Formats: sequence, structure tokens, C-alpha cells
Amino acid sequence: MPETAAPPVIRVHGLVSRFGAQIVHDGLDMEVLPNEIFGVVGGSGTGKSVLMRTILGLRDPDGGTVELYGRDVRQLAAADRSALVRSYGVTFQSGALISSLTVAQNIQLPLREYYPASEKILDQLAELNLDLVGLLPADGRKFPSQLSGGMVKRAALARALSLEPKLLFLDEPTAGLDPISAAAFDELLLYLHSQLRLTVVMITHDLDTLFQTCSRVGVIVDGRMITDTLDGMLENQNPWIHEYFHGARARAAEKGAHG
Amino acid sequence: MTVLRLEGEGDDRRLYLSGNWSLPALGQIETQLRALPGELHGTLVCDWSGAEAPAMGAAWVLLMRLAEIGAPHLDVRHTGDPPHYLELLQKLQAAGGPAAAPVAADSPGFLGELGRWSVLQGGHAEAAVGFLGGIVRVLGEAVLRPRALRVSSLARHIYETGITAIPIVSLIAFLISVIVAYLGAQQLSRFGADIFVVDLVTISVLREMGVLLTAIIVAGRSGSAFAAEIGVMQLNEETDALRAMGMSPIELLVVPRVLALVIAMPLLTIIADAMGLAGGGLLSLLNLHIPLVQFTYRLREALSPTTFWAGLIKAPIFAILIALVGTYRGMQVQESARELGRLTTVAVVQSIFMVILADALFAVLFVKLKF
Repeated sequence: MPETAAPPVIRVHGLVSRFGAQIVHDGLDMEVLPNEIFGVVGGSGTGKSVLMRTILGLRDPDGGTVELYGRDVRQLAAADRSALVRSYGVTFQSGALISSLTVAQNIQLPLREYYPASEKILDQLAELNLDLVGLLPADGRKFPSQLSGGMVKRAALARALSLEPKLLFLDEPTAGLDPISAAAFDELLLYLHSQLRLTVVMITHDLDTLFQTCSRVGVIVDGRMITDTLDGMLENQNPWIHEYFHGARARAAEKGAHG
Repeated sequence: MTVLRLEGEGDDRRLYLSGNWSLPALGQIETQLRALPGELHGTLVCDWSGAEAPAMGAAWVLLMRLAEIGAPHLDVRHTGDPPHYLELLQKLQAAGGPAAAPVAADSPGFLGELGRWSVLQGGHAEAAVGFLGGIVRVLGEAVLRPRALRVSSLARHIYETGITAIPIVSLIAFLISVIVAYLGAQQLSRFGADIFVVDLVTISVLREMGVLLTAIIVAGRSGSAFAAEIGVMQLNEETDALRAMGMSPIELLVVPRVLALVIAMPLLTIIADAMGLAGGGLLSLLNLHIPLVQFTYRLREALSPTTFWAGLIKAPIFAILIALVGTYRGMQVQESARELGRLTTVAVVQSIFMVILADALFAVLFVKLKF
């Protein structure tokens, strides 16, 4: 359980995101506490990925502030920013593995860039990260195009873990996976979360994943975020949240999680 | 800085870890790990109390090295507040077992290589013939079912490959013929044969350069675009989607492009010819002081009735070559973005090569036929 006294890892305050006349976020607040798994939920087009890209510094906010570890991302000097980038790991929706490199080379890519070491060491570290996410050493020699959907997600996670981040961003980690692979991924995530003491921010539409893994959930409604525990969400009277957590799919997922 | 220190003798040793054990220190950690004695046995106690911010990767490297020099006779224990993930690493290490032996590279030898290459080339040849056959079939069907020609798509490609290419084709044809006229005049004026610049420019532009330059520009512009467009559709599984809906990618994607280029290339060639003659005429007027009236009179003298057609007749042939190579390479794209880049390059290089080869054949043919 997250300690409420600890300062938040991520603090987003009054975020505004605009695309032309379309306002996606209108004063969005979000706080992620250390060592929790925070789920971000919202309908299509509510700007979940935009939010993640803004926190990562891939997109400048049109208003408001984003703080990571208590520091405003936009006011960091280049060197601090580079150090900050190395302190978190990210997986993108489609994996975003570099297609001209093997899986092992993808994992070694950031290591090679920042921490020069011998090939033997790099191979050992690639093997460690493959082991962590449950891939075989033989999978490391494959190219991304030769992997199944579930393996791509795992390989992307391995690459995200290679710099040993304390903070992990996952964009739809179980989208497009069969329920068994998705459940295995949930288990893997919980295991890594407990073993490596990670803070995880996860965008997901997968209700099973949400009920299995997340300690708190943030729902984006009308450009703002409503944050609560899962139990709190079940009580929430907002029409969209009610529909989301009490629809037929949600009832099944909830049953699976509790019973 | 020392990051580890081995103390003790024989079967009872202690390994003190100290200093920086984070990822940036990996190089240093590796060097000192390698300096450990090659054979250890008995008990080894790792004392983590001095290690600052130990990284998981560094701990993993340490475990791997200890397994290498100690297993199976060494009993490794950890004290001094070892990092929380150590247990996980030990579990992973135990599950992994000995490092997998590297896959032996199979060397098939010269004959094997030759055989593999031949089978590969055979496959390529078969695919190419199938591709050509598909196009011919669509064209054949179009006789009975004109809708197969996809007029709107055809119009779009004529616009993209033809109309939008007019400025660059005109400019290059104009400049090249100015260059030829200028350099030709330098040589011919030594014999007082300035007037033959007109022959030089008109014959070279109409027979060869107009169509050849157009073909090379079109190969660079449209051949690459064909390969890239169709290649991306291949990567996105769009072509598979078309097939699954019972539509033929050859009919929808390839034939309109081939036909469009066959229509656009001769028209572009005529424009290039005209601009080339204009360039030659302008330079003759300004540099050699040959009035335009005299230029046109000399031009008629110099040309035989077939000169213009000898150039133009090549245009549709070149167009077919460029379009076929471009679309075929696009259809070959599979799997990765790297393939897309490689095959787009191949498409341009090969289509220019084919155009020049065909041009050489035409040259010989025309001489033999006295065309």
C-alpha cells in the first residue's frame, strides 16, 4: 500500500491541452504516489496518450505544470533532463521496438548509449532483462517482426526496464493480447512491481488488468481527472464512470478479481 | 576506485563490495571482477554494506562472474543488507542454468551457397512472372469489363506522375540543351561550323536526351513513390485487406500506376523536347547570333522525318519499365521499415539501369533499321 505521507512522484497541476479549437484537457490534476500502480482510464479521444506524452516531455503543455520528483519538467537544464529521462521507462502502444535491431540489441540500445561496457556484460544484461519479462535467450536473437503480439509487449517492457527505472509508463500494455496472455502480463507486472519496487503509470482499457493490478485509478472525464481507489470508483455517481465500472464487461472483470 | 576486495584464504573468504555499484560504473566493476582468482571453492561471503546504490545489472554481473569462477564448488552467501532484488536475481540465475551454447553457424560451402542462391533467384523469377501475369490478366479482363481500369485512380496517377512533373522536367531539359549547345559551339566555332550547333542540339535532344532525361527524372520521382506507397500498404496489411475483400491489389494499385505512366511519359517527353529545342534556340541567338528564323530553317534541314518519333517511341517502353520495377519492388516489401527503404532504393537504381539498357538496345536497333 502506498504511504500517503510520501511526496508524489508525478504531480500534474491544471494541465491544459489544445488541438486547434478542440480542448482535450481543461485544468487536469493528477498525482501519482511512490510504489503504486496507477491506472489511467477514459473514453476514446479523452487524451490519455496525450497526457502520457506530456508527462514524458514529448509534448509541451498548453497550460499548467508537470512535475516529476518535485521538479518542473520544462524548467530543467538539458543535462538534468537527460538524467530524468533515464530514470523512467516507457512502453508504447505498438511496442515501438526498433525494427532493424534484434530484441537483445533493442534492450542493449539505451545501455550501450549511456553505460559503455564490454559485449559480454551487455549480453548478460540483455539476458537478465529477457529473464525478467519471461522471454527466452533465444528470443533475444529474433527481430521484432518475428515476434507474436504478446512477445512484442514483453520485449518492449524488457527494453523499458533495461536502465532500471523506478518509474514505469505503460501505454495499453495488454491491448491486442488474448485473455491468457493479458492475464500473464498482469501477473508479470504485479511480480515486477513487488520485486523491483516500481511506480507504474498505466493507460489501459482492459478492465481485467485494471481490477487485477491497479491500486488507484484516474478517470479522464470532461477534460479533468477524477482519482479514486477502485472501490471508490464503484461508488462514483458520475454517469460515464458508473457506466464504465458497472457495464456488463466490468461486472465480469470485478467478479474475476474478487471471487 | 576499488569496488571489491577479496579477503581470507582457502575455503573461507569474504568479498567486500564498496563504492559505486550503479550502472555507470559497470566498466570498472567488470575489470575488477575479471581480476578475481579463476578458481574459488568453499564458502564466499559477499558483504554489501559498503556498496552505494547497487544497480540490479551490476549485481547480476557479479552473480554471473561468481557462478563462472566458483560453480559448483562455491557456496556464496550475502550479508550486509543486500539489495532487495537479490533473491529474484538468484532465482532467475538458477532457472537459467548454464549459458546456452552459441548456435553453431552452419557453413554450407560454395556449392551450398550456390544452391541456396539459385533457389532464391528461382523464387524471385517465379514471383516476377506471376506479377507480370497478374497485370496482363487485369488488362485482358478490362476488355470485357472496362470498370477494371479504375478511371479515377488512373486520373490521379496521371496528375501525380505527369502534370506535377512538368516544371522539373522542363527546367532540366532546357538547361541540359543549353549546356550541350554552349559546349558544342566552343568546338564547332573553331572550324567556322557554328551553324551545326543546331544539328547537334536538335538531333541529340529529340533522339536521345529528351526522353532519357525524362525517364531518369520520372524514375527518381515516381518509381520511388510507387515502391514506397505500395510498400507502406504492404506493411500496414492494406494489400492483405484488399485481397481478403476479394479485390486484387494488382488491379487496384499496380495497373493504374503502370497505365498512368504509359500515358504521362510520352507527354512529358514532348514537353522536354520542346523545352530542349527552346534552350538550344535561345543559346544560338544569344551566344552565336543565329536568328530564330535561321535556327528553324536549319532545324528543318537537320531533321529527318523519323528523328522525333525515334525519341518518342521509347517513352512508353521506358514508362512500362519504371512502373513495373517500382510497383513490383513495392509489393515485395515485407516485415520491416528497413525493407521498405532498401526496396525503394533498389526500385530507383534498377529502373534507371533498365532504362539505359533499353536505350542502348534501341540505339542498335535503330541503326540496323536505319530509322
